[in-house]
Amino acid sequence: MKQIYLDNAATTKVDDKVLKSMLPYFTKRYGNASSQHLIGQEAKRALEESRHIIAKSIGAKDDEIIFTSGGTESNNLALKGLFFSHPEKNHIITSKIEHDSILNTCKWLETQGAKITYLDVDEKGFVNIKELEKAISSDTLIVSIIHGNNEIGVIQDIEEIGKICKERGVYFHTDACQSFTKVLINVKKQNLDLVTLNSHKIHGPKGVGALYVRKGIEITPLAHGGGHEKGLRSGTENIPGIVGFARAVKIANWKDVKKIKKIRDRLIKGILKISNTKLNGAEGEDRLCNNINICFNNIEGEAIGGYLDANGICSSTGSACSSNTLKTSHVLKAIGLSDIQTNTSIRLSLSRFNTNEEIDYVLKILNKIVRKLRRISPIK
Amino acid sequence: MANKFTSYNKEVMKRFLHPKNSGEIKNPDAVGKIRNDYCGDLMEIYLKIDDKDKKNPRIKDVKFQTMGCAAAIASSDVLCELARGKTLEQAKKIDNKLIIKRLKGLPSIKLHCSVLGERTLRDAIEKYEKKNSEG
Ligand SMILES: Cc1ncc(COP(=O)(O)O)c(C=O)c1O
Ligand code: FES
Repeated sequence: MKQIYLDNAATTKVDDKVLKSMLPYFTKRYGNASSQHLIGQEAKRALEESRHIIAKSIGAKDDEIIFTSGGTESNNLALKGLFFSHPEKNHIITSKIEHDSILNTCKWLETQGAKITYLDVDEKGFVNIKELEKAISSDTLIVSIIHGNNEIGVIQDIEEIGKICKERGVYFHTDACQSFTKVLINVKKQNLDLVTLNSHKIHGPKGVGALYVRKGIEITPLAHGGGHEKGLRSGTENIPGIVGFARAVKIANWKDVKKIKKIRDRLIKGILKISNTKLNGAEGEDRLCNNINICFNNIEGEAIGGYLDANGICSSTGSACSSNTLKTSHVLKAIGLSDIQTNTSIRLSLSRFNTNEEIDYVLKILNKIVRKLRRISPIK
Repeated sequence: MANKFTSYNKEVMKRFLHPKNSGEIKNPDAVGKIRNDYCGDLMEIYLKIDDKDKKNPRIKDVKFQTMGCAAAIASSDVLCELARGKTLEQAKKIDNKLIIKRLKGLPSIKLHCSVLGERTLRDAIEKYEKKNSEG
């Protein structure tokens, strides 16, 4: 069966052009970028060209980009790296809607003496800027707030947060895995000190990411070794991955963002015509162009996902029933959904490869599925 | 947000996608209703009881309505099949092991959904017996 992929917040298809750009670095220019011979230097050149493309895309300098294995590692490196190189301060401010790679890093840092403030968000998912400002004390080292949320798509005002952090002299880190190439990121204009980026959410390969670290900020590396990436991330660089990552950044453009937004809004409008449905999170420009999260009430998210899957449509749910730990989504909980509402929500996340024809099909199937599952449900 | 559909076997998927025993029974003689402690999902089953033999009432018909995952819906469907035609004494012996057996297995993290089935049936039988001992 033809698959309609609406789980692009989990990961994306590698663009054919990206794959093509990577292939020579497996079989022809396969050198180690630290080697002095020709093949090594070809790899080195590709590495630095890729670094330049990524730096430029967020208004950074080349030597402020550290390549990593992805979003998880970049988030770990940002928080642990800052924490261990600044023993004089131990307070970290973050939010309740961060990705697990921030939340669990914070939890672990608590065992290492860190004090963490987990900021609440409102019913749309926004961090309250005044509360954030109030939480900053003389012990505060870092504010780490996710830019575009992976579950509900809410986009935080990082420029405003950056301004406050600058005024108060604390570092500002943002996890931009979901927003990168979809929302403008400019480290100067927005006063960003550290930014997490990754490749596999933007049609690049998996296992590659980057951390932007503003020049002059000291961080402790997680991995010690041969001193790659300015000693901040040792290990022979993943050149094919990095080349693919840079190509994916180069291909991304604002026209596609606009197109995806149009498809998103059509799909949202169509779904909200089904009775007793509600959009979770923010609307319009405050929401990632590719994110839809809907509460269907009275029918369980895993069941909706199962019926969609049986019809060739890939989705995802924050329902406890579908998680390995039987815990409901902490993000949906943070915006005030009850356990039942969380269990009855699904996420559909789009990409530039989705079409209007696909959306028509999805709406038709979704209407059928909801009718059938509501007939089975005891809650009317 | 992992996708779990590949970890269900064919029998579970068949019953989840095409349950035969879902729906309501008009004027049921007993309703079992249990909320799953693990995930908050809800299962209801409706019994029609033939009590011509006063000592040995029998389940004439049984239907379910479930707000739950694939495993819960499949378990409900099997439960109805197992209970139909049984005397209450026989039906009391239906447990989650029997449900799992009829489903040809469930992922270990989903075993609790079959327990929900067992508990809902027992709830219905208990309510019926209580009502009849009072009346
Ligand atoms: C917001 C966010 N941060 C971090 C990550 C982790 O990235 P990675 O899978 O590259 O480790 C993801 C995606 O999984 C994400 O959506
Ligand atoms: S009923 Fe919720 S996990 Fe099965």
